[in-house]
Amino acid sequence: MRFIRSHILICSGSNCQLRGSLSIMHALEAELIKKGLYQEIRIVETGCLGLCEKGPGMVVYPEGVMYTRVTLADIPEIVEEHLLKGRFVRRLMTQPADGEDKLTPLNMSPFFIKQKRVVLKNCGLINPESIEEYIAAGGYQSLAMALDQYSPDQVIQIVKDSNLRGRGGAGFPTGRKWDFTRRAEGTEKYLICNADEGEPGTFKDRLIIEGDPHLVLEGMSLAAYAIGADKGIIYVRGEYDLSIKRLEQAIRQARESGLLGRNILGSEFSFDIDVCLGAGAYVCGEETALIESIEGKRGEPRLKPPYPAQAGLWGKPTSVNNVETLANIPSIIEHGAEWFRSIGTATSSGTKVFTLTGNVVNAGLIEVPMGITLREVIMEIGGGIPGGRQFKMAQTGGTSGGCLAEEHLDVPMDYESLSQYGSSLGSGALLIMDDSHCIVDLTKCFLRFFVHESCGQCTPCREGTAQLYNIVDKISKGRAAGSDIDLIEKLSRTMQISPLCALGQTAPIPVLSAFQYFGPEVRAHLRGTCPAGICNMKGALANADS
Amino acid sequence: MTTSACGCGGLHTDPRLPELEAVLSEFKGNRGALIQVLHKVQSIFGYLSDEVQERVAEALDVPLSEVYGVATFYSLFSLKPQGQYKIGVCLGTACYVRGAQQVLNEIEKQLGIKLNDTSDDGKFTLEVTRCIGACGLAPVMTINEDVYGRVEVGTIAEILKKY
Ligand SMILES: Cc1cc2nc3c(=O)[nH]c(=O)nc-3n(C[C@H](O)[C@H](O)[C@H](O)COP(=O)(O)O)c2cc1C
Ligand code: FES
Repeated sequence: MRFIRSHILICSGSNCQLRGSLSIMHALEAELIKKGLYQEIRIVETGCLGLCEKGPGMVVYPEGVMYTRVTLADIPEIVEEHLLKGRFVRRLMTQPADGEDKLTPLNMSPFFIKQKRVVLKNCGLINPESIEEYIAAGGYQSLAMALDQYSPDQVIQIVKDSNLRGRGGAGFPTGRKWDFTRRAEGTEKYLICNADEGEPGTFKDRLIIEGDPHLVLEGMSLAAYAIGADKGIIYVRGEYDLSIKRLEQAIRQARESGLLGRNILGSEFSFDIDVCLGAGAYVCGEETALIESIEGKRGEPRLKPPYPAQAGLWGKPTSVNNVETLANIPSIIEHGAEWFRSIGTATSSGTKVFTLTGNVVNAGLIEVPMGITLREVIMEIGGGIPGGRQFKMAQTGGTSGGCLAEEHLDVPMDYESLSQYGSSLGSGALLIMDDSHCIVDLTKCFLRFFVHESCGQCTPCREGTAQLYNIVDKISKGRAAGSDIDLIEKLSRTMQISPLCALGQTAPIPVLSAFQYFGPEVRAHLRGTCPAGICNMKGALANADS
Repeated sequence: MTTSACGCGGLHTDPRLPELEAVLSEFKGNRGALIQVLHKVQSIFGYLSDEVQERVAEALDVPLSEVYGVATFYSLFSLKPQGQYKIGVCLGTACYVRGAQQVLNEIEKQLGIKLNDTSDDGKFTLEVTRCIGACGLAPVMTINEDVYGRVEVGTIAEILKKY
């Protein structure tokens, strides 16, 4: 057996692959061979380490030194200095190191110390393309345990007790959804994993799948066992090439190992999974539109009720669950409901995976306990605002989420607290904007998205989004009056109650919150000035009533 | 890359016809297969011409209106021939706040085309994409399968030169 003295973990998540992590891996391999180190050092391809903006990243163990923004030119130095001579390459390091041999361990560095990894427990540690590594890390034990010891009703009870709520946006209690599906009439039932992830600024599901595909499959199997489904479908965004590849490969491996298919692990339970590709429509993330799309039709949302739990795919009872929701299940079964409830706050249990983007130093993927404050996330984990700029606002929950201002930095991030301020956890997008941006211009950017993505089926959404855009556009050109702001308010209130699905119902949220918290800046536009100097005010009309 | 589904006498003389028929017979009678079929058919022809849509409707036994309805609903399908290279600039919010609009303006300027146009030589089509989940590298643009992150106005000429 060969003795391995160091492991080098290289991120092969999509963000890092785009920055050339694969060619870096090959160059490293070549360099190790050249220096005769190939026998003692092992290179492992892993999932996302989290610091996407600083990619490509790698970690050298046992020291736990993380190198970021590694280029091909850095490889000889890393091999020569670190691997041969045992000296760190400081210019590429992320964590502080005071002495020659004193180093803050990676898990103690500011980026990681406030994080709590449940869903991402294997991400960046195991090779996502190997089912053996997943099993060695304890994978598929929860499934074996459930099949052996728990009835489907008991699994549902554990999930109910854990207080887990859906991570796809709506936050519905997962155990209850499963219960409805289980109790619905009929023997043919479906489990759908929603990996459509169309919310701008969100890429957590993508990186969860890429970093640990078997965790999602195991979660799906447990869910299917609980609701009584023998067929599962993962609906993935058509653009997510690497996710699709990893899922298909993982499904093949699981079938070969008897973890998918007939009589799983010798039990009565049979279950198999298909991958279905989306074709580029945001609205298809909405569960009934998604079902329409799987049926091969235009992705137009259905009228609810009936809910999918009663009549979903092909009219059969169906549970639609988000990737992250399902990825929590194996840990909940393994450690119990009590353990899960001990993380987070009293009413929002567990962790939340966020994608931190925009004007923040450490843009990337993080997982934190519910209830952490925005300030901790932005200033500590995120490393603050770059370029000497000031924090201006954060948008949580994606484009349909609300905007929060400086005074909300200490609001705990959980379902209840955020909704108090008109925002939501939503999909886990966390977009940070500095003071160089104009609130009106940003609102236009949000609305452009909704105008484009409204499916056109119902009038309040199709026309409402377009009219909102037109009015905000007018404001941005200095051609609006105070009455236009009232009109926005009125139109928004109508839209919050009348469209068929949440796309139209939530489209006004960012507008309302932005206008509420940045009122003076918006009103300055009525007088023909854009305080941030972004909007083009040529041709502005002077308004007396502002 | 295609110029049209067929420049001459219709689909029946198109050399790619056998490939199309193979896909159609693979999925025949498969309920809900329309979107997956259109994905495959578009990868054969580059876009979904009227003739191709008619053939798909006929083979899968669904109304042409449904094929057309689906093809126009989803943004990954296109009904017009595309340039050899499809440039997509992400205008998702994360990219927008990192200067995606300036990137788009610069590409328009350098190629002398407007959004959703194809350059005269048929080489580039310029489009806006929605967030592709690479926001960690914002601003992001794609050229066919290639994705470029942390794009700066100053590096665009260099990127375009590769094509
Ligand atoms: C316009 C729109 C887009 C949505 N997009 C997604 C998505 O990309 N992924 C997702 O999991 N849920 C999405 N949802 C929420 C789903 O409808 C559904 O609530 C969710 O998949 C249920 O899973 P969960 O209970 O595990 O959260 C979207 C909803 C709407 C209205
Ligand atoms: S916003 Fe551009 S890739 Fe996500």
